[in-house]
Amino acid sequence: MAETPLLSVRNLKVEFPTRRATLTAIDGISFDLKKGEVLGVVGESGAGKSITGSAIIGLLEPPGRISGGEILLGGERIDNLSQTAMRKVRGKRIGMIFQDPLTSLNPLFTIGEQITETIMTHLPVSEAEARKRAVSLLEEVGIPAAAERLDAYPHQFSGGMRQRVVIALALCAEPELVIADEPTTALDVSVQAQIIGLLKRICKDHGASVMLITHDMGVIAETCDRVAVMYSGRIAEIGPVRDVVKNPHHPYTVGLMGAIPTLVGELDRLTQIPGSMPRLDAIPKGCPFNPRCAHVFDRCRAERPDPIDVGTSRVACWLVEEGRNDRASKVEQA
Amino acid sequence: MGVDELDRATVRVSGLSRTFDVSRPWLNRVIERTPKAFLKAAQDITFSISRGETFALVGESGSGKSTVAKMVVGLLEASAGEITVDGVDMRGAQHGKEMRDLRRRMQMIFQDPYASLNPRWRVDRIIAEPIRAFRLENDEKAISKRVGELLELVRLDPRDGAKYPHEFSGGQRQRICIARALASKPEFLVCDEPTSALDVSVQAQILNLMKDLQDEFGLTYLFISHDLAVVRHMAKRIGVMYLGRLVEVADGKELFRNPRHPYTRMLLEAIPDLEMSGRPRKAVEGEIPNPINPPPGCAFHPRCPLANVRCNRELPLFKGEGETGVACHAVEEGRA
Repeated sequence: MAETPLLSVRNLKVEFPTRRATLTAIDGISFDLKKGEVLGVVGESGAGKSITGSAIIGLLEPPGRISGGEILLGGERIDNLSQTAMRKVRGKRIGMIFQDPLTSLNPLFTIGEQITETIMTHLPVSEAEARKRAVSLLEEVGIPAAAERLDAYPHQFSGGMRQRVVIALALCAEPELVIADEPTTALDVSVQAQIIGLLKRICKDHGASVMLITHDMGVIAETCDRVAVMYSGRIAEIGPVRDVVKNPHHPYTVGLMGAIPTLVGELDRLTQIPGSMPRLDAIPKGCPFNPRCAHVFDRCRAERPDPIDVGTSRVACWLVEEGRNDRASKVEQA
Repeated sequence: MGVDELDRATVRVSGLSRTFDVSRPWLNRVIERTPKAFLKAAQDITFSISRGETFALVGESGSGKSTVAKMVVGLLEASAGEITVDGVDMRGAQHGKEMRDLRRRMQMIFQDPYASLNPRWRVDRIIAEPIRAFRLENDEKAISKRVGELLELVRLDPRDGAKYPHEFSGGQRQRICIARALASKPEFLVCDEPTSALDVSVQAQILNLMKDLQDEFGLTYLFISHDLAVVRHMAKRIGVMYLGRLVEVADGKELFRNPRHPYTRMLLEAIPDLEMSGRPRKAVEGEIPNPINPPPGCAFHPRCPLANVRCNRELPLFKGEGETGVACHAVEEGRA
């Protein structure tokens, strides 16, 4: 590959030591994020999507820790930086948008104070200049009467408006990468569409890459260039959105796509994946999906599959690797 | 709608309203000279559900869907309007044998399976509670046999009855809630966002199970959800709510093929497109206004692309043909 990817995650492992055992929340994931790309990370609760985001930005909750692998931002390792050095990366080079805009804004400061503080921490500008920048950013994210609203407190905004403020805050130091963790989950459908559109447009304008973490496949399909499907702390399948949505290879992705009720077509029953995702202390040997998989065979129970290239995607599945997946997709369609 | 259909309607709701008093305390009102404040959570809701049918209410947060659900099962008293179930008026039957019988025949499934099961009770006791309360079985042996059957019905192991709720995953807990709801052999189930707290793959299991149970026992569902795709999958008829009012009621398929109310159209526009058809999407304007001071006239007019002077002043009435209809001046005048 000629171009260095903006973000490169290599064989990342995250562990949570507990009194009884050490739980492996992320078990060796690797992916790249190119400049200007929007990468979706999708999975059900407990799949490790948010922990991946926290690990990249260096905000893992103790006792969680990175126990292996590396994270490179623009070719430099950031997973082993000191707290002080990481603080310069966080906010400056990587912006973060969290799920709940009410908890990610400080209720005791006006949004103007919060945005100018962030700008002045990361950029060498005067307070007046920072304020001017804050106003133009708020205008950009679609807050009406931005100059006056600068002196308002977070509780004076509605949920959608607050999330706009959070987006402005994440972008105010012109980061290269924005990690958005379930940015629209707390919002209503009609507002969700506005925020997703805004996020996509504004990151493009500012030339920032986006890592969008969500459980909503619809949001991914609308927004992302590529998508990684996570299961039990591993990437089951990663590839261009169109391929993953329209032509999934991994049985989990196939099941997941069939389980989503759609707005077109006649379907009496949804595809059903039996069981639920294993708990972290009971991840089965071999492929973690094997107890729920309809096409499981002996090798799945014994050995763990590594991701291999399948067309434009990378898939971690023995079925695909051994070329048995034709049978799988036929069964799914029947 | 013929006489036959009238008879088949097991649940009829007409002119149902609920107002909450959200005033500050008396002393604050006197000192701050603020008037009393009222929140009209549901206003003039009228619909009926036939036996064996699934009727869904959709809307965004604050639209009053859950308030309607609670009034229908009798957990919340209505400020005005009436609810009849199988011809029995809920208000007239607040006490006595009639109400007792009615309560047995209708049950509710709640959104959060983590909050709606008593953590200190074993599952078999939770499921047996309705059986004991309505004295459907008196013999302990018969009760435990029935609990086992119910657990199998929701695809759990009869031995799971000895466990506590925390030992189950979210999807399994929702199955326990369904088993409990079915314990009193109800005919009518009110499901308030039954799958919102669940992951997609688990949601699919629960939705399939609910459909199977409906086929098996001829259950009637009032299904509340904010997710249009889920509603489309489950319901025969759909009512769309906005700020406490029913703005459109339509046949499920028809609503998606030919939405009439501008709000319904906007909602459909807003859903992320999994099919990636590349259809152009109109940006949705604005947010839901504060329900304490809703806009005058049609509550949707500040966000509506078709609004005119009449919409700002006059409340559109619900104009319906038979079981479907819409409340919009633009549709009525043929401007839509």
